[in-house]
Amino acid sequence: MDLKRIVNHLLLSVALLVPGLAARAEAPFIVVASTTSTEQSGLFGHLLPAFTKDTGIEVRVVAVGTGQALDMARRGDADVVFVHDTVAEEKFVAEGFGLPRRAVMHNDFVLIGPKSDPAKVRGNDVAAALLKLKATGQPFVSRGDKSGTHAAELRYWKIAGVDLSTDKPAGYKACGCGMGPALNMASSMNAYVLADRGTWLAFKNRADLVVLVEGDTRLFNPYGVIVVNPAKYPQVKLELAQRFADWLVSARGQGVIAGYQIGGEPLFFPDAIR
Amino acid sequence: MSAMDASPLLSLDGASVRFGDVQALQPTTLNIRAGERVLLVGANGSGKTTLLRVLHGLQAFEGKRQVARPELALRQAMVSQRPFLLSLSVWHNLMLALWLGGVARAERTERARQALGRVGLSELAQRPARVLSGGQQQRLALARAWGLHPQLLFLDEPTANLDPSAKREVEALIEAFAREGMTLVMSTHNLGQAKRLATRLLYMEAGRVLVDLPPQEFFNTALPQEAALFLKGELPWT
Amino acid sequence: MRDSFALAFDLIVHADAVLLNVVLLSLRVSASSCLIGGLIGLAVGVWLAVVRFPGQRGLVALLNTLLALPSVVVGLLVYLLLSRSGPLGSWGILFTPAAMVVAQSILVMPITAALTRQLLVNAFGEGGDTLRSMGAGPMLSAALLLLHERWAVLTLLLIAFGRAISEVGAVMMVGGNIDGVTRVMTTSIALETSKGDLPLALALGLVLLLVVGLINLLITLAQGGAQQTGAQQS
Repeated sequence: MDLKRIVNHLLLSVALLVPGLAARAEAPFIVVASTTSTEQSGLFGHLLPAFTKDTGIEVRVVAVGTGQALDMARRGDADVVFVHDTVAEEKFVAEGFGLPRRAVMHNDFVLIGPKSDPAKVRGNDVAAALLKLKATGQPFVSRGDKSGTHAAELRYWKIAGVDLSTDKPAGYKACGCGMGPALNMASSMNAYVLADRGTWLAFKNRADLVVLVEGDTRLFNPYGVIVVNPAKYPQVKLELAQRFADWLVSARGQGVIAGYQIGGEPLFFPDAIR
Repeated sequence: MSAMDASPLLSLDGASVRFGDVQALQPTTLNIRAGERVLLVGANGSGKTTLLRVLHGLQAFEGKRQVARPELALRQAMVSQRPFLLSLSVWHNLMLALWLGGVARAERTERARQALGRVGLSELAQRPARVLSGGQQQRLALARAWGLHPQLLFLDEPTANLDPSAKREVEALIEAFAREGMTLVMSTHNLGQAKRLATRLLYMEAGRVLVDLPPQEFFNTALPQEAALFLKGELPWT
Repeated sequence: MRDSFALAFDLIVHADAVLLNVVLLSLRVSASSCLIGGLIGLAVGVWLAVVRFPGQRGLVALLNTLLALPSVVVGLLVYLLLSRSGPLGSWGILFTPAAMVVAQSILVMPITAALTRQLLVNAFGEGGDTLRSMGAGPMLSAALLLLHERWAVLTLLLIAFGRAISEVGAVMMVGGNIDGVTRVMTTSIALETSKGDLPLALALGLVLLLVVGLINLLITLAQGGAQQTGAQQS
């Protein structure tokens, strides 16, 4: 009877679908919790194929904010963390969640703003720039998401002597979002925003935005790699994760990082090889 | 259909039905004997449908309902005013009914063929049941019932929605079934139909069976006033 | 805007390999969730329509509340369930398509349950008595009525599919939007939007609409065909 045919079809379809879902088990892989800045800058698209070619290990990147990435690793949902907030990273290792941190690369933060620069912040002093933003009440987009960039932003406000909890600038807008959405917001509102250079160089929706403040040594933005501690989470793929970390700081990995450029400009500078 | 079988096929003892505030059926005591053709007449809302449903076993009620020989399952079927047919072919509707009615697999196909032939729908077996005309759909409903070889057939105003020629066809089939030995309990608005078919006429009003007589006596006796008025109102249209 | 149309056309015509994988993954994940969530929803809908028990009204009210379940809440709950430190961590399916299917199935279930229940309540009103008279018990009647209303059931599943394939928040959270593994159409659009590549995001959106539109068109054609031939087969 036709009912049988229908049931057969259904079972066959389900059978076809499900293996596709489970099939991922063949190639060895690691889960890397990383940041939106490394993903959205396009670095991973350039870096990971090289790593997989060299080692045959697949890398699955979950790109969230630094804070979220570290939390993810604290829950045991990642094998490696690759983020840019040294203070938070050291804390993570000290808490026993990670093996010692290794420096991989750096770039810098830049203060982005409208070409017309109504707050007159252009220059190379980020703290002074933030003070001027507060004084003029110009709109400023903060990521507000515990990311490495957000952590840096908070540091600069502190250096400038501004206590955000009691004395928030008039134009301060915390979006709780990633670098890309924050840049989108800034570009549509003609606001100022702190960004890492990598994401900025890869960002396409600039409208009137340009780099206004750069070169301040305090804008240094280092990235580190940490293997999640197998003592806390035994199912961490220690060997594969170590190979990833080792590769990143090897001459080969560092070379690939240095080789990633947009418009002739490198986005990240290797740190491991002096 | 044995005249010697004196015990009723089905009996009710003080059966009543209440929907909220409304007493749809007053406590009713009634016996249905094999071979009878019981016709229920009365205005809308008089309780004909409720009584049929209680007899058939479809309606919850207070009181007693007894099947004469419970060890022999009483085969019964019901045909309603507007037949509900599934969105399947005529054939599959029929086969499904036979399956639900417990007809053995080996016999099903043959019975279905016979049933369709009996009601004159053999040529339409592969058609979707829902595109049939009103009369054809009702004949299919009758085939569904006949296929189970029921001893007792309930019909709720089966020709009310049909045009005159379909009415005649369906009535002829019902009568043929009765001649084959099926016991009928049927409600109708059509007194002519009642006169033609009945061996026993029940007049109902406000949930109560007021009159229960064979047809000749029914039409010749002095009836309670309500019944008389009802007849007067209905007669011009028979 | 015009760029996006041109870009969408380009992507489709050149059958961009990455795009193809993303589309296929979207279809597979959504179809699976539609099937699983749909079947469970159908079962729940049948149960609520057929079985009488105290507190039934309360359950139906709960079901209707679940219709408004924010997907981000579901995403969060499933994430916490499937996380290594969560109760189902040992399954190891976080950040895989399986997790996405779980989340989407949970989202799809209330819709199919509520719609199935309503469908059956109506259908029982029409034919419940007849089926009971013919000897069918409540469950069997429900099954027959679903067969009777099969096109309505299909539409209901299409609605479920639409809900599944347009989901972003929950699948982003439990899937991780991993390139080549759990990146689907909607999360790709979200990503490209984040990167500021709005024309590409819009183009992907157009492709998504096209894919869903095609599926609906096929089903409508099949439905029309069946009605023409008068649905002869059961």
